[in-house]
Amino acid sequence: MSSLRNTDIARLRAHHRLMWRIRKLEEAALRGLKAGVVLGAIHPSIGQEAVAAGAVGNLRRDDILLSTHRGHGHTLAKGADSEAMLRELFGRVGGTCGGKGGSMHIADFSVGMLGANGVVGANIVIAAGSAHAIKLRGEDRVVCCIFGDGAINRGPFLEGLNWAAVFKLPVLFVCEDNGFAATTRTSTMTAGGGPAVRAEAFGIPATLVDGNDVQAVDEAAARLIGEIRAGGGPRFLHAKTYRLTGHTGVDPAAYRPAAEVEAARMLEPILRCAEVLRSAGLSEAELEADRGAAEAEMDIAYEAAFAAPYPGPEEAFRDVQDAGSPEEVAF
Amino acid sequence: MTIMTYSAAAKAALAEEMRRDPYVWAVGEDLGRGGVFGQYAGLVEEFGPDRISDAPISEAAIMGACVGAAMTGTRPVVEMRFSDFALCAVDELVNQAAKARFMFGGQSKVPLVVREPIGMWRSSAAQHSQSLESWYAHIPGLVVVCPSTPADNKALLKAAIRCDDPVVYMEHKNLWPMEGEVPDGEILLPFGKARQVQQGGDITMVSWSAQVHVCAEAAKSLAAEGIGVDLWDLRTLWPWDREAILTSAAKTGRAVIVHEAVQVGGFGAEIAATIAEHTGARVSRLGAPRAPIGYAPPVENAVRVTASQIVAHARTALNG
Repeated sequence: MSSLRNTDIARLRAHHRLMWRIRKLEEAALRGLKAGVVLGAIHPSIGQEAVAAGAVGNLRRDDILLSTHRGHGHTLAKGADSEAMLRELFGRVGGTCGGKGGSMHIADFSVGMLGANGVVGANIVIAAGSAHAIKLRGEDRVVCCIFGDGAINRGPFLEGLNWAAVFKLPVLFVCEDNGFAATTRTSTMTAGGGPAVRAEAFGIPATLVDGNDVQAVDEAAARLIGEIRAGGGPRFLHAKTYRLTGHTGVDPAAYRPAAEVEAARMLEPILRCAEVLRSAGLSEAELEADRGAAEAEMDIAYEAAFAAPYPGPEEAFRDVQDAGSPEEVAF
Repeated sequence: MTIMTYSAAAKAALAEEMRRDPYVWAVGEDLGRGGVFGQYAGLVEEFGPDRISDAPISEAAIMGACVGAAMTGTRPVVEMRFSDFALCAVDELVNQAAKARFMFGGQSKVPLVVREPIGMWRSSAAQHSQSLESWYAHIPGLVVVCPSTPADNKALLKAAIRCDDPVVYMEHKNLWPMEGEVPDGEILLPFGKARQVQQGGDITMVSWSAQVHVCAEAAKSLAAEGIGVDLWDLRTLWPWDREAILTSAAKTGRAVIVHEAVQVGGFGAEIAATIAEHTGARVSRLGAPRAPIGYAPPVENAVRVTASQIVAHARTALNG
């Protein structure tokens, strides 16, 4: 690994920083949840940061991203501001959605992030349609759609992949496979050969990567996005990872053996990335600086978000729709 | 004025809007061959298969894709074939299209029109005959349009395509061949403005879609008995013209709401309650029994709201 070129090292260092930022953002969110500052459910992606960094990191700012209920990492990787994200999780003014969406509907259209989604698999057909519009408009943008392994058993997975293949649309489908559909082991509820086999049944080329190896995800995503942007149609990336936390921020995940989680912890992506950087010559101080900078950023963002006010009740009636008056038939 | 069918009027509306705006496009099953009712016939020749697009039989994908396409700078017209089939795409319409603007804090609108043909139509039976407009009137974020004439079908479809909200556009299958005068040139109608079909001083009658014509027939019979019906075609269920209906009900003191849809939980209940809350008028509703729609004509007809039933109901309302 010491044969890494300087440009590779710089790129990997950027991934290292981003993964720490995601980790620290989610740790801040969990702290907020414990303190009652995060109001609704959150779904941490701790342990899965390499998928966000490696895949989303290859998108242009004007490319489009559709994410899931477990989407904090993807959103930050697409370029959303950490303070605006925490404001959204805290339900405050200045949140990416003005505090009206929360964790499961976090979106930042200014960076092409068209939304997390509270409904598993719903983002897949929306992503296909976003790519359809890009094709109709004759643009060279690409859509990246991330979903979990649980989503592959929903109809929109099959309908969305078929749609993207039929219309040869510019979409990268990323199955972020953490092994669990909520609290159920996905393998126990999924027939057949899994996500990549299903994608290939539609004629969509599928690539399997170690989703905890950020270099592997990065390289695969770069190649696939290049092929898509060149007009090759949809591609599928199956990234295998592991969710180190429970399904939600309050799920102790007692349904899996502690030894399994401990083993997974040894393979988590930030440690592995640091190991590669260390062998490429980075010092402990440099690696620690990345962690420290991320922590400091999120601590500051937390305090600023916490100090922000809630939106007023008038927001309940704003942006409902143009036609009619939402208050008309109230109370 | 040009005489046009209800179907042709909608086609003219779509063609005009597609000429006006290159980002308007239509997608649905069989559109390349004119659509299941021929309401797209000839459009693929003018606009090509990218803008009059076929689709897999995959309602969730059609609707969901159009949510994404509407958030990415186009204005899709979504064809669902039958409102019954649109139930395969309710998540995409109700949880996604209707909510996106609000839950994303106004970052995006979802300008799509979903055409969902409704209504009983020559032994179409239980899965091809429903009138489900009240489901969507219940959902914040959606507009619900139920045109009853060729002229309205043109003007309202054009307005729907230009609207930035997701619009559930419910054409009645029995009206496709209905002919009527359509004004020449650009016509647009605002949402929430009811049409006064006829004036009358004795009883207010409110309906929409094909049932308006059944009400008009009943009103003729009632006129022969000396009963003047103030008949209103709501045109749009959300927003609906409260002002016109409340004014009329206050004036006549009697109101009846008539619809083809099942009476229980129907939109007539909303109108009746609103009239009762705001006027001293006596109100009642007349809708279908809470039974699926059957295939054999006597079974199908048993749940049809007829002109004679409307006449009898109006008489009772006046005498009660």
